[in-house]
Amino acid sequence: MIWTELLDRLFADQHAVTCEGDLLRGSAQLDGQTLTLVGTTGHAAIGVELALAQARAVLDTVREHPGRAILLLVDTQGQRLRRRDELLGINRYMAHMGLCIELARQRGHRVLGLVYDQALSGGFITSGLIADACYALPEAEIRVMRLPAMARVTKIDEARLAALAESNPVFAPGVENYVAMGGVRALWRGDLAVQLRAALAHTTTPPTTDERARDGAIRGGRQLAADVAQRVAQA
Amino acid sequence: MSVAAKLAVSFAESTARERVARLLDAGSFTEILGPSARMMSPHLAQLGVPASFDDGVVVGEGLLHGQPVLIAAQEGEFMGGGVGEVHGAKLVGLFQRALRTRPAAVLVLAESGGVRLHEANAGLIAVSEVMRALLATRAAGIPTLMLIGGANGCFGGMGLVARCADQVVMSDAARLAMSGPEVIESSNGVEEFDAKDRALVWRTTGGKHRYLMGDCDVLVEDDVAAFREAALSLLGQPRALTLEGLEREHAMLAARIADFGDCGDAVDIWRKLGIQDAARIVDLDATQIRALKPRAEKGAQP
Repeated sequence: MIWTELLDRLFADQHAVTCEGDLLRGSAQLDGQTLTLVGTTGHAAIGVELALAQARAVLDTVREHPGRAILLLVDTQGQRLRRRDELLGINRYMAHMGLCIELARQRGHRVLGLVYDQALSGGFITSGLIADACYALPEAEIRVMRLPAMARVTKIDEARLAALAESNPVFAPGVENYVAMGGVRALWRGDLAVQLRAALAHTTTPPTTDERARDGAIRGGRQLAADVAQRVAQA
Repeated sequence: MSVAAKLAVSFAESTARERVARLLDAGSFTEILGPSARMMSPHLAQLGVPASFDDGVVVGEGLLHGQPVLIAAQEGEFMGGGVGEVHGAKLVGLFQRALRTRPAAVLVLAESGGVRLHEANAGLIAVSEVMRALLATRAAGIPTLMLIGGANGCFGGMGLVARCADQVVMSDAARLAMSGPEVIESSNGVEEFDAKDRALVWRTTGGKHRYLMGDCDVLVEDDVAAFREAALSLLGQPRALTLEGLEREHAMLAARIADFGDCGDAVDIWRKLGIQDAARIVDLDATQIRALKPRAEKGAQP
């Protein structure tokens, strides 16, 4: 879904978001409550500038609008794959964005992620996946890497990976699998404003513990994570 | 040469268990969910890939100069230290344990290519959970230290986790980055990043560059004892996440792009940092690099 349509469906005409390059930034009203919106579009490659610009929007919200909820709009192809970004330390830029979101959470901002188009690997870890909860549209796509690249790195035949992706939630890119594994709390269908309202109501401040491993176990998509963590924590 | 130098034990050439045993006080380490527990990846068999009894990570507790610490060490020899479901959950559990036992620090001997691609989606979520668990530990005022000195470096999601910790220690032989050079080369060509040019790879992602840029706090020789000393020196220094701290970090990162964004090579950056004879950096050892640091601008840690 293109971002303008997404905002219309979420907020009718109660939104003011600008698009500069691949950066989305602005605010919107839901039930008289203002939310900060920040994210990317155009399957953005997250380079040092784009990571920093998103961090800026989060920091400005913490500074100027204490407690205001933040909705992260995710559409990324992952980190930008350039030597210049590595030379400048892109992992620190992306971590900075993640730390800004963490600070917002600690200071009582509810932070929700919404994958409305595509989410890949690194660009997703420090945005949607670091929110209190991440949601997705049913037609969105979440994956770590495309199958040809995955086949190259793992040295496993692409046809075999493709066959596994048909049946195994661990390999398949569909958002339903991320729900089954607990990485995505739920898919938003139908009236998106109703979904957002429910998600905000479901999100407490200060944030509770990370429930994704437990969700993965209950939903059957990730059988071991919660149990293993528990055994190490309590041994 | 001093006696200590003669007795140096290479961190890079040690296994994860050897690193832990030598880093902590002798005989003090107790492993949790060790190999005898056979807590293995449930996803590798269907790929025909051998699993490991510890899923490539050692976790447990011990003493560092008499002070209780929790420690994790990733084994680079198993799947490049990649984070899968079980591997990630062991790290998460260790951080959760820290909230209960309140150790002097949680040490992570990171050696990882990031998400274990063989467990794709589960690995991606696991890395995210590790990051959240580390941040919860940090928020509780328990220092989180990343010690990076393995031959495989610290990349991808673990490169992000590293920069979320309180402190980062690297050896001059270590690497810390986001995307591996092979991934960049295969996406954008050998002209963009020649992954076989080892000198270029080390200049771009190696410990010396990261130290001079302020992305690692302490630079040490490739010696387990040096990592131990560095970890000891960093105990009891938790860094709270504050708006002021993150604003300083933001300003530093913005200035970095303005100052060095047009540099084509690390040597150009070192020269701009005011280091004379920057091309000679590659020949210097960690002690000599540390002596250069006052001349280079120190990056603020958030």
